[in-house]
Amino acid sequence: MIGIGLVLLVVGLLIAANSGGGHGEAAHGAAQAGHHTAGWGQRLLANLWLNNVYLTGISVVGVLFIAIQYVAYAGWSVLIKRVPEALGSYILIGGIVMLAVFLLPIIFTGHNTLLHWTDHSLHEVGNPNYDPIIAGKSGYLNVTFFTIRMVAYFVLWFLFFKWLRNESLAEDLNGGLNHYNKSIRLGATFLVIFGVTSSMSAWDWVLSIDTHWFSTMFGWYVFASWWVSGLAATTLTVIILKQMGYMKMVTSNHLHDLGKFVFGFSIFWTYIWFSQFMLYWYANIPEEAIYFMERLGGNNNHYTWIFFFNLLINFAFPFLVLMTRDAKRQMIMLKIVCIAILIGHWFDFYMMIMPGTMRGESGFGLIEIGTALTFLGVFLLRFTKELSKASLVPVNHPFLEESVHHHV
Amino acid sequence: MTSKKYILGVFEDEDVLLNAIESIRAAGTKIYDVFTPYPIHGIDDVLGIQRSRLPIVAFFCGLCGTSFALWMQIYMLGFDWPMIIGGKPHVALPSFIPVTFELTVLCAAFGMVITFFIISGLRPTLKVPVMDVRSTDDKYVMAIELKEGTDINKLNDLLRSNGAIEVNEKEVVK
Repeated sequence: MIGIGLVLLVVGLLIAANSGGGHGEAAHGAAQAGHHTAGWGQRLLANLWLNNVYLTGISVVGVLFIAIQYVAYAGWSVLIKRVPEALGSYILIGGIVMLAVFLLPIIFTGHNTLLHWTDHSLHEVGNPNYDPIIAGKSGYLNVTFFTIRMVAYFVLWFLFFKWLRNESLAEDLNGGLNHYNKSIRLGATFLVIFGVTSSMSAWDWVLSIDTHWFSTMFGWYVFASWWVSGLAATTLTVIILKQMGYMKMVTSNHLHDLGKFVFGFSIFWTYIWFSQFMLYWYANIPEEAIYFMERLGGNNNHYTWIFFFNLLINFAFPFLVLMTRDAKRQMIMLKIVCIAILIGHWFDFYMMIMPGTMRGESGFGLIEIGTALTFLGVFLLRFTKELSKASLVPVNHPFLEESVHHHV
Repeated sequence: MTSKKYILGVFEDEDVLLNAIESIRAAGTKIYDVFTPYPIHGIDDVLGIQRSRLPIVAFFCGLCGTSFALWMQIYMLGFDWPMIIGGKPHVALPSFIPVTFELTVLCAAFGMVITFFIISGLRPTLKVPVMDVRSTDDKYVMAIELKEGTDINKLNDLLRSNGAIEVNEKEVVK
């Protein structure tokens, strides 16, 4: 899959670079028309950022899921807990890729075109580019602090992933309650840390693309998107593993609970989405409404269809399909909905990232599909490798028996 | 005034009770009802009680709520007495969503409660015979209706062989 993705990506890039070169000859006309074309480099950068933010989120949500299960003394999830546990394995790669995508353009060109505020001429009083609003935010949004924060999130997330994972693996060997109790303490600490870092990373990585704009819902919004995608990824993996003949002890009762999670949190995402949208739509204050103007009707209606598609696939579809009890207990229904949600939330991030970075020039072609497939391939490689390292059943978990007899 | 006679098997243990229900039903005896101090997991399945169809009622009541809310707002604010609020169009759907959501939930909830009361016959004048007061404390009581020609001794043996610690007889006047 990585191979296919890379080939598609290279072909896409070549096409884009060639057509970009073709435009270069006619650059005069374009420049006179005041038309600014975002190049293929920017498009590639935006795609790298998009996929990495999305998959990193899914992977941290795996750790979060485990932490919540421990803190809640949950018994039902024991049989499936190895799946979200292994999801976290992407965090390290996600961190390296994100640092590279952020820092390399800054090192080579002085600023990162993805994040407009990294251009330091915006902060210099007297410079024709001076932007008082962005300069006012420079106490928080500056390259050094941003890098420190980014490293801090990833180090913290990775450490907690490793600690929880090691406790769980050690429990398989040694048994006893020590590892379980320690995991509860680790889980509780991670919840506090994630509560802060999830919001802050959302501001940093996604909200700061639209530097002028602000939203107090944004941390929650990104979290909701990550969380429901992570749940869908977990459910999908459990179903696929079960259909391949592993996880024999997982019954439709476990799937029912996972289905309820996916169903409930796709509604939660809609609730957050709507809360953000309605207030800005109703107040209609220019500096706030511009965000939705760009996405709904602005940019020559470039994003309008994705805007509605986003709501349809992430709310209406799971809501109507997963409503009945039987649908949540059938593998085929759950599978379709999970795939739809995973695709849908990729588009959700597309809606968050593309308008701010590509304006009306974003596309959906070989570059997008290629990058997505490449990232997915790397993600799956890490994930399946981690998954295969340990028994799928945590044999010494104190609640294992309860999970085996789980019944709803 | 009709009166019915019931044979009551009193059990002390939950698992014994569940096994007893299964083997008594397998023996072809119809169980009138089982009284327990708290809901027992899985008892619906062994008693052969069908799953409630209340969710279907909830869905359609919710649908009624949604349509009523949308119709009400669109008709009132869009046609009957159009007003300009905040410079928005008369029929401004996003601002109707909260009310629609609330009415959907309200109708679904009330619809379910009312349907439940009607179907199960719960009303203020309802008299519920208490088979054995200990079923509200620490005993599980299984009631089997005693019809003409039923062999009491046989029932007694059946209950006792399945773990009942007492077998009583009770007449309920309706």
